[in-house]
Amino acid sequence: MDWVNVIIQGVLIGGLYAMFAAGLALIFGVMRLVNIAHGDLIVLAAYVSLVTTDALGLNPLTSIIIVAPVMAAIGYALQRLLLNRTLGDDLLPPLLVTFGLSVIIQNGLLELFTADSRRLNAGAIEVATFPLGEGIWIGAMPLLQFLAALAVIGSLQVLFYHTAFGRAFRATSDDPSVAQLMGLDNRHVFASAMALSLAVIAVAGVLLAIRANFDPALGPARLIFGFEAVIIGGLGSMWGTLAGGIILGVSQAIGARIDPGWQVLAGHLAFLLILAVRPQGLFPKVQG
Amino acid sequence: MSPAFHVEHASRSSRIGTAALAVVLLVLVAAPAFTGRDDLRLMSEIFAYIALASLWNLLAGYAGLVSVGQQAYVGLGGYVLFAAAIVAGMQPLAAVLIAGLIAAAIAVPVAGLMFRLRGHYFAIGTWVMAEVFRLFASQISTLGGGSGISLPASIVISMAASRQMRELEMYWVALALLVIVLGAIVLLLRSRYGLALTAIRDNELAARSTGVDVWRIKLVIYIAVAFATAMLGALIFLQRLRISPETAFSVNDWTAYVIFITVIGGIGRIEGPIIGTLVFFLLRRTLADLGSLYLLMLGAVAIAVMLLAPKGIWGFVAGRYRWQLLPLERRLRFAADTRTK
Amino acid sequence: MPEALLEVRALDAFYGDFQALFGVSLAVAPGEVVAVIGANGAGKSTLLKCIAGLIRSHPDAIVFDGEPIGDVPAHALVARGIALVPEGRRLFPSLSLEENLLIGGQLGRHGPWSLARVYELFPRLAERRHMPSTALSGGEQQMGAIGRALMSNPSLLLCDEISLGLAPIVVRDLYTRLPRIVAEGTSLIIVEQDIVQALEAANRVCCLQEGRVALAGQSASLSRESISAAYFGA
Repeated sequence: MDWVNVIIQGVLIGGLYAMFAAGLALIFGVMRLVNIAHGDLIVLAAYVSLVTTDALGLNPLTSIIIVAPVMAAIGYALQRLLLNRTLGDDLLPPLLVTFGLSVIIQNGLLELFTADSRRLNAGAIEVATFPLGEGIWIGAMPLLQFLAALAVIGSLQVLFYHTAFGRAFRATSDDPSVAQLMGLDNRHVFASAMALSLAVIAVAGVLLAIRANFDPALGPARLIFGFEAVIIGGLGSMWGTLAGGIILGVSQAIGARIDPGWQVLAGHLAFLLILAVRPQGLFPKVQG
Repeated sequence: MSPAFHVEHASRSSRIGTAALAVVLLVLVAAPAFTGRDDLRLMSEIFAYIALASLWNLLAGYAGLVSVGQQAYVGLGGYVLFAAAIVAGMQPLAAVLIAGLIAAAIAVPVAGLMFRLRGHYFAIGTWVMAEVFRLFASQISTLGGGSGISLPASIVISMAASRQMRELEMYWVALALLVIVLGAIVLLLRSRYGLALTAIRDNELAARSTGVDVWRIKLVIYIAVAFATAMLGALIFLQRLRISPETAFSVNDWTAYVIFITVIGGIGRIEGPIIGTLVFFLLRRTLADLGSLYLLMLGAVAIAVMLLAPKGIWGFVAGRYRWQLLPLERRLRFAADTRTK
Repeated sequence: MPEALLEVRALDAFYGDFQALFGVSLAVAPGEVVAVIGANGAGKSTLLKCIAGLIRSHPDAIVFDGEPIGDVPAHALVARGIALVPEGRRLFPSLSLEENLLIGGQLGRHGPWSLARVYELFPRLAERRHMPSTALSGGEQQMGAIGRALMSNPSLLLCDEISLGLAPIVVRDLYTRLPRIVAEGTSLIIVEQDIVQALEAANRVCCLQEGRVALAGQSASLSRESISAAYFGA
């Protein structure tokens, strides 16, 4: 019974990891860019929410309405002004620039907010639980996070495959040169993709901040979790990414159950195992 | 019967450069005679960073393996040394070599896993690997677990006759390691493998189509760099007399700084890391009080360099004046050619 | 004499340091079909890419509808009414055929062409609309590429080697559709390796040789010999 609880907890946090991963996979899919500052941007979103809730007295969950557009705008500007200039055949510039960005964000946050641990308070919903029968209880907050993850990933899937916007992303990802011939401005498409990624990050960041303590140094670990979820799931579809997140979450939960110090390591080992036996991931894109 | 042509490596500027370096080396060897202990330690640190940056440069700038996880081997080297000295009672300086060998052995399966990832994903994968090493290290209670361990006084004393002798020994070993690492890199780049590496750096697909065994060369480079990095790590922590998972596997100390040094100095040129390290330490001297602001500025400078002068300081300067510090050019000289330049 | 829809004036084009076009001049009147022929490497594709905005030129070197467009980027030119059918078809592999057509029309320019009209022009495409574009035959892909370009309702359509890699019967079939396109109000520049087809389809012909215009004139009035000489260089 205890193990069922463990699995459920793992699945629920897997949704959060899937959201970390979705933003990462989106960017890589559209412009072959891996944003090393991804995790730090998640933490940045948490701090933006902190500032917003302090200033306006909002519930953190409501603050998403403000945080998401703010982060999206940051993402658009970031891509348009800085990262677009690094795109090209050479691997080093985007990697090094986003790495530099990661350092800047971490230390900037450190300067502004100190290394103190913070947490967002979402009120009564944090301690509410639902019974699932037979002595199993699910926290309302974790369930909400998981449903949010489903909603986000589902929306992304719909966006990508059933809207003109998504068509533009897929076309630009396929062939940036010919995409221009369709009237698509690559600079704008890439910047929009980054804006979208940061909007997803915003939701993930706020949920993370409610769930656990956060401080400026938390970024790299989130990047790694997102990255592991992407690799485990495979680069095929958003649902694969969800599966990857869930598997990572469950691995970590099992590891934590065995020994609390083993939580993160268990996730790493699951990732390495997948890398060893099925490097293309569990649900890779089937090449046409 | 002599060949109709031969390959010349030196140029006028590199002859001057090599001579200058030889003089500098002599000065450095003799340095303990006129510098104090603190300065010797600082210089050892500078030697270590030049070596680490040169190795990262070889890996990323020449072999195209951009790793943000080299701290895995720095920490591994440190921990193997402490384990060998404390648990196996080995002479610490001898254990430096053992650290390198064990790291090279571990690098093989690691490479087997990491090479399944490409490009940016390879980079993050190496980071994950370093985290795995760190987490394992914090589980080893005999080596202090999560809080780390200091080198027992008995072992420290056994290293040399006096404290001064010990400091001298470690300084010269640090200098020797630097010379060996740089020398090995220069020899490698001058050899056929160096030519293959330059080809890989310029265009991997084209290199493969001319018969270069890209995968194997990358593997060999990866293992060699792991070997050298671990030895450097072993020496670094030997000098510090204390190790902990956080310091041993620190991304900031062993990757961020190294990357910034190489980018600012100039990637893909052997002189880059040397220039970069000197600039870095100069900045540190003047700005270290600023704490996190210092790192922030470093990040901003690295971004600016990457966008505006992607070849770094040395790349910019050398590109303009066609300078070379070390003889690494390749020019064909035909037997009948009597030109001198 | 109708005012030219497109005027190329002494155009020079470079790929880095390499010069591909030397002072090329060309004019296309509304409703005209102009064929650009020449050997491989003569600069035909380069010319189309310059007109389409994929390669930057001097602003005044290319004038469209009276406006200098030499330095206007490709994505902006589509909005003004220039569409390119790129060499090698290059449909988007991640998109279905219909999605390819839809993205061609995503700017929403007004005009005679719509999804329904494109399917009317190329009935074969209607049958395959939901298939991934990679599953189509060469001829179908070419129809798809032309349809995709038409969806932006261009006043000038540039066709880069639409006969490439296709069987003669398929090529002939394609070319029978071109008059419909012109009739709906779109002028054409076609780059062709197939000289016979080019001469049949075009009002005027321009022959490029090593980046220079070697011959130009009404297709009906040019002799075989003069074309041969211009094509291969005397």
